[in-house]
Amino acid sequence: MYHTKTLAELSAMLEAGEVTSVELTQSFLDRIKQFDGELNSFVTVTEELALAQAKAADKARASGKAGPLTGIPIAHKDIFCTEGVKTSCGSKMLDNFISPYSATVVEKMRDAGVVMLGKTNMDEFAMGSSNETSFYGPVKNPWNTQAVPGGSSGGSAASVAARLAPASTGTDTGGSIRQPASLCGITGLKPTYGRISRYGMIAFASSLDQAGPMAQSAEDCALLLNAMAGFDSRDSTSMERDVDDYSASLNNSIEGLKIGLPKEYFSEGLDAGVAKQVDDAIAQYRAMGAEIIDISLPNTHLAVPVYYVVAPAECSSNLSRFDGVRFGYRCEDPKDLEDLYKRSRGEGFGAEVKRRIMVGAYALSAGYYDAYYLKSQKLRRLISEDFSKAFEQVDVIMGPTAPSTAFNIGEKTDDPVSMYLSDIYTIAVNLAGLPGMSVPAGFSNNMPVGLQIIGNYFEESRLLNVAHQYQQKTDWHKQIPEAFV
Amino acid sequence: MSLGPDDVKKIAHLARLGINESDIEGYADSLSSILGLVEDMNTVNTDDVLPMAHPQDVSQRLRVDEVTESNQREKFQAIAPLTEDGLYLVPQVIE
Amino acid sequence: MEWETVIGLEIHAQLATKSKIFSSASTAYGAEPNTQACAVDLGLPGVLPVVNTEVIHMAAKFGLATNSTVAKRSVFDRKNYFYPDLPKGYQISQLELPIVHDGKLDIELEDGTKKTIGITRAHLEEDAGKSLHEDFHGMTGIDLNRAGTPLLEIVSEPDIRSAKEAVAYMKKIHSLVQYLEICDGNMAEGSFRCDANVSVRPKGQEAFGTRAEIKNINSFRFVERAINHEVERQIDVIEGGGKVVQETRLYDADKDETRSMRSKEEANDYRYFPDPDLLPVIIDDAYIENARKALPELPDARRQRFINELGISDYDAGILTASRELANFYETVVSDTSDAKLAANWVIGDFSARLNKEDLAISQSPVSAETLAGMLKRIEDNTISGKIAKEVFDAMWKGEGDADSVIENKGLKQITDDSAIETMIDEIIANSPNQLEQYRAGKDKLFGYFVGQVMKVSQGKANPAQVNDILKKKLNG
Repeated sequence: MYHTKTLAELSAMLEAGEVTSVELTQSFLDRIKQFDGELNSFVTVTEELALAQAKAADKARASGKAGPLTGIPIAHKDIFCTEGVKTSCGSKMLDNFISPYSATVVEKMRDAGVVMLGKTNMDEFAMGSSNETSFYGPVKNPWNTQAVPGGSSGGSAASVAARLAPASTGTDTGGSIRQPASLCGITGLKPTYGRISRYGMIAFASSLDQAGPMAQSAEDCALLLNAMAGFDSRDSTSMERDVDDYSASLNNSIEGLKIGLPKEYFSEGLDAGVAKQVDDAIAQYRAMGAEIIDISLPNTHLAVPVYYVVAPAECSSNLSRFDGVRFGYRCEDPKDLEDLYKRSRGEGFGAEVKRRIMVGAYALSAGYYDAYYLKSQKLRRLISEDFSKAFEQVDVIMGPTAPSTAFNIGEKTDDPVSMYLSDIYTIAVNLAGLPGMSVPAGFSNNMPVGLQIIGNYFEESRLLNVAHQYQQKTDWHKQIPEAFV
Repeated sequence: MSLGPDDVKKIAHLARLGINESDIEGYADSLSSILGLVEDMNTVNTDDVLPMAHPQDVSQRLRVDEVTESNQREKFQAIAPLTEDGLYLVPQVIE
Repeated sequence: MEWETVIGLEIHAQLATKSKIFSSASTAYGAEPNTQACAVDLGLPGVLPVVNTEVIHMAAKFGLATNSTVAKRSVFDRKNYFYPDLPKGYQISQLELPIVHDGKLDIELEDGTKKTIGITRAHLEEDAGKSLHEDFHGMTGIDLNRAGTPLLEIVSEPDIRSAKEAVAYMKKIHSLVQYLEICDGNMAEGSFRCDANVSVRPKGQEAFGTRAEIKNINSFRFVERAINHEVERQIDVIEGGGKVVQETRLYDADKDETRSMRSKEEANDYRYFPDPDLLPVIIDDAYIENARKALPELPDARRQRFINELGISDYDAGILTASRELANFYETVVSDTSDAKLAANWVIGDFSARLNKEDLAISQSPVSAETLAGMLKRIEDNTISGKIAKEVFDAMWKGEGDADSVIENKGLKQITDDSAIETMIDEIIANSPNQLEQYRAGKDKLFGYFVGQVMKVSQGKANPAQVNDILKKKLNG
């Protein structure tokens, strides 16, 4: 009953006194117990903590100190450090890591009165597009449990799709919010790089990582982003810039909105069923008064190659701190220092993480730096300039989020390159640092399809407005997989 | 660019990753195919392009020089694999 | 064959900030292990660095003081390597775009020779922690209190041609960073240390020889000895038909030798790249101008002022201005007295000697500048003689009070009353008939005997000039 409501609706019910946070929280905890054995979307469920936070939220509300999110239960991706709670990042390396501090995002949510249900499963260190690289096993797609939920925020996406949580947090380095949102039929937003603090978010690729909300609707994402966004003095890359009220402009008219369709996003490799749903969505926008303009992002084909240099290079360095000395996994009886490093890291990291660390170490090593790393940085600028030019012409860019619907578990595990190509439409947005969304746009072969909407820097309000208007005319985002109704 | 087993061993050592001998070949293959994917970068001339390390052209914010951190050793070392007398212990470092 | 030595120094100066370069943990020395290592210093998952504003300001001051370019855009890079005292597995440093570059520094050798040494660059980086090798069941203990302490690494051009020049250069930098108040210069605590790149080449040859890097030298004495030793070793190797290997060597002060650190790492591949957690540091002309205004008077300018305004010798001025603390001390003394040369003699002489002997810093001296000035005034107004002053100084050092009270308590006031001195002299002459006779017979040397006798009887308190005058009159009488 509560689970069929959006976060905005639940907020109104709490405000009206129709439900308490404890009742709400308990109902979602019950659903997690009932369904997550199969889905595997949570690594940790923090039942006691959740109920205590819910009680406190009810008390705050009773004393008139409640905001729109007070008492709303959500789940955090297990990449955000949560003080006193295991923060695994989907890795054996951190299976024993009880974080001694909390991420800024976690603190901000707590300060807004949000209740934490638990920590969601994810690809190990956020490296993956299918949630199959998790130490805790793959997450299942609620629409078809043979299929992957996408990744790396697969647990967050699946938990929201199955309504085990009204919303979750995610992180997006190359599509890790948008691609699983697309594959699971939910709404996900990756804000502008620097809009949300990265402090306490375990780094994969520092110049690409960005946290964001994953929820049922654009309206819900706006409510969450209101609490998540903002400057943080502990993050040098956080932007000192005012935060919009993201809910305020949801109802603005999109009459005359200029939508750019990059031809490169509709070419070979795009599944026909996906293409059809995206076309339908564009037609809907046209019907709503938007102007559709064909554009080109000529360096799109370079995004995946560039990303697979930049991200591994940064991760190879970011993950050096996992050495078995101060926290995390340490091998048994190391015989010397080198043995301590090599076995702790060899045993603590999974295959995909090791692969990316090695690619990165190679790309940065003497003799290869210019050809790989430096080259990728230069191309990154060209990719970014493609967007700048496009935004001189259009207000938003639209296309598919992923080239296909969810593939089956195990289908691509042996072929990392074909897996990497599932992020082909999302990666460029991270390289440029732009905000992007995925919005449910129907189904192909009974599996969800996502429409990607890309905006100019700090235009989250516009993205949410554009998405919300679409969701006023469609009900794709309200669909719940049958098994979880 | 294709990598052989020796390259993999060298990189694994550089990154201090213990790799089982039986897995070396597999890594050589997958790393080679990733580098193959990356080769596409060479199709574009970038002689006059400035490298871009950050998504946005902004400068470093500077922090006031003041001490705000207090001793949290107990809390931090509660999660450490091996400590004694407040020190983290590692196998003997020979200089 | 005649050999020429080529030396470049890399000096690490710990910047005297309150908090660390990238975190708000304290940099204070000597705390219990790991009590000043915060989440950022420990490299916990998810933490991020933020640059301390003071390190930029300090580096800019150093750049301006060495006629260097202060970069308007500088970038922090990661230097990747694994070591237990390096928590993140990388050190944040600056490679391509250091904050300071292309400067120079004039040095002066003991024999007065002057020379200019180029400064290639000075970059900011974080210090590592410490490995403690005492036995923890055969393990090494890691203390990360020092991790993240700001360092300015000052790299010289290979312009240095001898161990003595290296020492002069290092001393000059040591003095300068203290003048600038950017480093406490405490070498015992490791706040100021250096690595020396040493090579030799046949005199006249232009190409450099293969160099060895001697690590972690933490005293001026060791720098000279380590370099001299290394030069000898390299010449021996070459003359013995061998080749110098490019390597890192450690100076062992106990054995007075350098030895290879092969165990450290084969060829390191540090995989430097710009730190994506940090943004470029951008400063403008106004910032640099403000830093320039904040510069104190520098050693060379102060030395010239001492010569011009106080009339002391170039040599004395050089010694006095070599350390900002000593120069400050001297200026305080001088401001209270009228004889600048006398003050210089005392500060350079007895005062410095006593500090050296007891291994004390100026700040630890039991005799303050004001106290010393108080004593010098008593020399100037003839209350005591220079000789008695030594006794007064000693008493002051031992904490027996200021000059006036020491003079009073010990009755050291100079006797300047002519009649009192005459009485003493009359008595001595009366008691020394033989000496008087010999003196009057032409044995002039005996004059000294009579002076000695007067001093003995007056316990050194008779005014020497008056004693001379009166004695002469009486003896020749």
